[in-house]
Amino acid sequence: MGQILDFTLLFLLLVTAVATARVRDLFAAVMLSGIYGLVSASFFVTMDAVDVAFTEAAVGAGVFPLLLLAVLAMVGRYEKTAYRRPWAALILVTITGAMLVNGTLDMPAFGSADSPAQQHVAQRYIEESPEEIGIPNMVTSVLASYRGYDTLGEVVVIFTAAIGVLALLPSLGGGVRRKRESDGMGDHQVLRIVSKILMPVILLFALYVQFHGEYGPGGGFQAGVIFAAGIILYTMLFGLDTAQAVIKPSVLRVLAATGVLLYGGVGLLSFLSGANFLDYSALAEDPVSGQHIGIILIELGVGITVAAAIILIFFAFSEAAGENGEET
Amino acid sequence: MVTDFYNYWIVIALMMIGFFIVIVQGNLVKKLIGLNIFQTSVFIFYISIAKVEGGTAPILTEGVVLYSNPLPHVLILTAIVVGIATMALALSLVVRIHKAYGTIEEEELQERDHEC
Repeated sequence: MGQILDFTLLFLLLVTAVATARVRDLFAAVMLSGIYGLVSASFFVTMDAVDVAFTEAAVGAGVFPLLLLAVLAMVGRYEKTAYRRPWAALILVTITGAMLVNGTLDMPAFGSADSPAQQHVAQRYIEESPEEIGIPNMVTSVLASYRGYDTLGEVVVIFTAAIGVLALLPSLGGGVRRKRESDGMGDHQVLRIVSKILMPVILLFALYVQFHGEYGPGGGFQAGVIFAAGIILYTMLFGLDTAQAVIKPSVLRVLAATGVLLYGGVGLLSFLSGANFLDYSALAEDPVSGQHIGIILIELGVGITVAAAIILIFFAFSEAAGENGEET
Repeated sequence: MVTDFYNYWIVIALMMIGFFIVIVQGNLVKKLIGLNIFQTSVFIFYISIAKVEGGTAPILTEGVVLYSNPLPHVLILTAIVVGIATMALALSLVVRIHKAYGTIEEEELQERDHEC
């Protein structure tokens, strides 16, 4: 049963990818990439990766297609050129693929419990983390504590990418901005009412995912993207101006930095308490409750930075689309 | 044999479709969509490796001894969010290229460059 489900989802992914390669209409390609994201999120659930599925559903099926749509509004919907030398490319990818398939023949069988990947540090994480860290969700333990240093780096990358986007797409603020009449879709009564019912639920769910991340699937990354998806839905319906009145971009900029600072600050605090950087055991008398405090704080930092960075990026794109959209 | 490896083979097929789009398409947005297919196929590969037959999600539960490997989950979870942030950076470069050249088709961009 599980295998049929698994195979069906992979087959759907394959069909979606082939369709993406074939369509000439970029709008259709964007919609297909949304489907691709949603199907791969479902696949992650069947692979027991519930935390990953949350993130992929919000990012792959939500944020990424919306960013692409904002870009299409600026650059136009149709591709001009036909395929360039498709046969040469086809031969190249076939050869590469055949070599990779040949490589998989030496791999351990799918799902085998004694493959090298399951033998390395994973056993220790699974056996020791409930006592050492004291929280049931091992993904959170590894993400926030064992690999806290790595996660800090990733949060910094997200923060830097947001800075890059803001630098590349400068808002022409200060100048007189046209009041956009057609902005948003608030005139559609069904959309407006349904989204007003959904909005609080989405935001509440994001907060639940944030603060329940130690006990169930969830954590800062997932909560951040779900929260951002909620605000993006609001922006799509009621327009950029309304959304920016609700959450000011200047506040978001400060929040994006605050999250990183909170994360780094916890690291420094544990440093000053006599332990290693990002070793939370020193934060309280009892090492396990120290770990709890540290994980809650850094997950909060991650959530704040991710949510603020994604909302800022979306604001920057929709602002640029509002200014340049009419030309094309 | 097939049931042991079909997961990996489909991942490779997806990866090659993404690669094909990146090589063959001249449109920069389409290239990025292809790159996203490639990227997601790597995510699927990692998550497939983490799966243990008969195991469950790596959240401590009474009476369960076999869990899937949490480490690849952590790596991919963060990679997805980093991926969207860097993808946004790429898209904003596309927007700037369109502003400067008036086109995002690779061949037209090269023609413009040769004219100068």
